[in-house]
Amino acid sequence: MIYQDSKTLLEVRGLRATVNGIEILKGIDLTVRSGEVHAIMGTNGSGKSTFAKVLAGHNAYKVTGGSVTFEGNDLFGLEPEERARAGLFLAFQYPIEIPGVANSHFLRLAYNTVQAQRGRDELDPLEFEDFVREKMKLLEMNPDFLDRGVNEGFSGGEKKRNEILQMALLEPRLAILDETDSGLDIDALRIVTNGVNQLANKDNAIILVTHYQRLLNYIEPDYVHVMTAGRIIKTGGKALALDLEARGYDWVGVEQRDAAGA
Amino acid sequence: MSAVLQNLVNQPYKHGFVTEIESDVAPRGLNEDTIRLISAKKNEPAWLLEFRLKAYQQWLKMEEPKWPNVTYPKIDFQAISYYSAPKPKQKLSSMDEVDPELLRTFEKLGVPMHERAALAGVAVDVIFDSVSVATTYKQKLAEVGIIFCSISEAVQMHPDLVKQYLGAVVPVGDNYYAALNSAVFTDGTFCFLPKGVKCPMDLSTYFRINTEESGQFERTLIIAEEDASVSYLEGCTAPKFDTNQLHAAVVELVALDNADIKYSTVQNWYAGDENGLGGIYNFVTKRGLAKGVNSRVSWTQVETGSAITWKYPSCILQGDNSVGEFYSVAVTNNYQQADTGTKMVHLGKNTRSTIVSKGISAGHSNNSYRGLVRIAPTAAGARNYSQCDSMLIGDQCGANTFPYIQVRNHSAKVEHEASTSKIGEDQLFYFAQRGIGNEEAVSMIINGFCKDVFQQLPMEFAVEATKLLGFKLEGSVG
Ligand SMILES: Nc1ncnc2c1ncn2[C@@H]1O[C@H](COP(=O)(O)OP(=O)(O)OP(=O)(O)O)[C@@H](O)[C@H]1O
Ligand SMILES: [Mg+2]
Repeated sequence: MIYQDSKTLLEVRGLRATVNGIEILKGIDLTVRSGEVHAIMGTNGSGKSTFAKVLAGHNAYKVTGGSVTFEGNDLFGLEPEERARAGLFLAFQYPIEIPGVANSHFLRLAYNTVQAQRGRDELDPLEFEDFVREKMKLLEMNPDFLDRGVNEGFSGGEKKRNEILQMALLEPRLAILDETDSGLDIDALRIVTNGVNQLANKDNAIILVTHYQRLLNYIEPDYVHVMTAGRIIKTGGKALALDLEARGYDWVGVEQRDAAGA
Repeated sequence: MSAVLQNLVNQPYKHGFVTEIESDVAPRGLNEDTIRLISAKKNEPAWLLEFRLKAYQQWLKMEEPKWPNVTYPKIDFQAISYYSAPKPKQKLSSMDEVDPELLRTFEKLGVPMHERAALAGVAVDVIFDSVSVATTYKQKLAEVGIIFCSISEAVQMHPDLVKQYLGAVVPVGDNYYAALNSAVFTDGTFCFLPKGVKCPMDLSTYFRINTEESGQFERTLIIAEEDASVSYLEGCTAPKFDTNQLHAAVVELVALDNADIKYSTVQNWYAGDENGLGGIYNFVTKRGLAKGVNSRVSWTQVETGSAITWKYPSCILQGDNSVGEFYSVAVTNNYQQADTGTKMVHLGKNTRSTIVSKGISAGHSNNSYRGLVRIAPTAAGARNYSQCDSMLIGDQCGANTFPYIQVRNHSAKVEHEASTSKIGEDQLFYFAQRGIGNEEAVSMIINGFCKDVFQQLPMEFAVEATKLLGFKLEGSVG
């Protein structure tokens, strides 16, 4: 939701990035204020996940130009774990499996690390158990998932739910949800989006990366951006997503070229 | 490999210092006179000198094994001093009498000994260089009839037992290093549990190699009579030197009917520097004989040190229904080489063995598992389960698995599982994205990987093992 007294959380200016010497991001501009929900849509391979991972600090990507501030600070001055502790959260498109590391242990360590950063109390294993079970109820997750390895053998949808569980635990300032809706069944989509909506408030912000307008029926965006070939080439309101659903992506590029030529 | 991983696996060895305790060192070189000198210094009976000389004669005819997957420069056995003892001190009956310098050494190692002994109820037989300096809790153990002392002392006080069992499991000519050990061993631990005695506490020995270039040839002998049981802990660490130190120990275990011996090791000897210079050569023969019916021999090892590790703690399952176990974590980094595993030899009926091996390789190291499962024609209904997992950190290291399976009885069942995994950048990134730094992430992954083995360690040892893996792979494990 757009608030009058919102603060700028994320300011991206002319961001360029390469992977293996190939330029993927070619000058991205984006401003996200507290309270807002942004949707980024765009063709496969246009650079959406790359953008998310660059923000989170994946070291396979090299930033070659532009700037990003997060709550006024230079984001690139922070290590990936510092960005996370500062409240930047990425729900991965493909959450990785970490066999042998108990999910409960992992979740508690992540939770306590962020709590410590915020000067709040850490929880011991027993306290955390109660706490996390409450959060799991919100997402209608079976507590058995606590005893399994992190994402180990989880189905696609279960992994996505586990991502949102982490979001619920860490209460980020800015959450980037990279195709969290893909792989979720209809009930799960309702449950997960309901969870996300409960976490949204006027102090935080969400960036949704999605291919489906349907998601935006559950989580209402304030802005919809279209990414093509490493740039955001069009920004609109919720209605833009409906246009994209009806007409595909080709017309956006044409419109942009026309505008540029005029 | 990323700079981050590189740093994590290159933590310097933290136990590298030399304690200044005066040593009495024999001249370098090995011949019959050296052996006679050792035997005389130790005031040994004639039969033991004969045992040594026979081993020496066999050793002369043997060759160093070439089959292990390790390479090292030729060892000059004449350049080694075969005897080194601290200046004689009076016999100690309590920890308070121990040389404060020695206690400080243990302090530096992070092993607050008197605390360990007192709080954890662990009896510690301190081996410092080659001679026992202190033996604690001996009285307490003696009350229940347990003999726990240095092997030299056992030779003096219980010669019949030593004579009966020494070399009974590992014959003098068993292999090159065992023969060498049998000829020149200086000291080690002796433990005897009489019929029906369950040892009331874990027994523990801390080994420490101290004199530069002094070969270490420990000899350990543990005997559990009918219905007896014991859990024995061995922990090792050594100071940092540039020259290689040879270590060739022999450990023999004998379990009679219904007896149970659990032997746990955490080994953290100097592994050489990041260029592969220096480090301990560790050629060990460990073998347990499950002689009686329903007996059990269980090995658990956490191997993190040494430049070269050559070690196959084995079980001979002779008694019907006897059980053999091998749980191992072997970590190699930099230019370390490990060729380690086990042998499970099933002779008795319905004998069972379990092998769980976890190899972790980092840097330029090479880590091989070598395991033999042999089911003899007599071993009807025998069963073995083996699981060998390797984890690679970075892409300069190697991991190999060499399983040998020989089944000569149709009713036997043998299962073998193996896996190889890698700590990936994406896993570390996932942790980082949740606020967890690389060091902690690696530690969590490694501890998760080793869980099945750590579970087998006695509580306080498990903590120590986690810590050692920490030194080895990331510096600070919580
Ligand atoms: N490590 C890499 N090496 C080479 N190319 C890469 C690498 N990582 C990403 N790319 C390329 O960068 C482009 C953008 O990928 P990205 O994953 O950001 O797309 P996306 O917009 O998220 O697509 P999708 O909608 O399919 O998830 C793709 O063409 C991809 O192949
Ligand atoms: Mg993507």
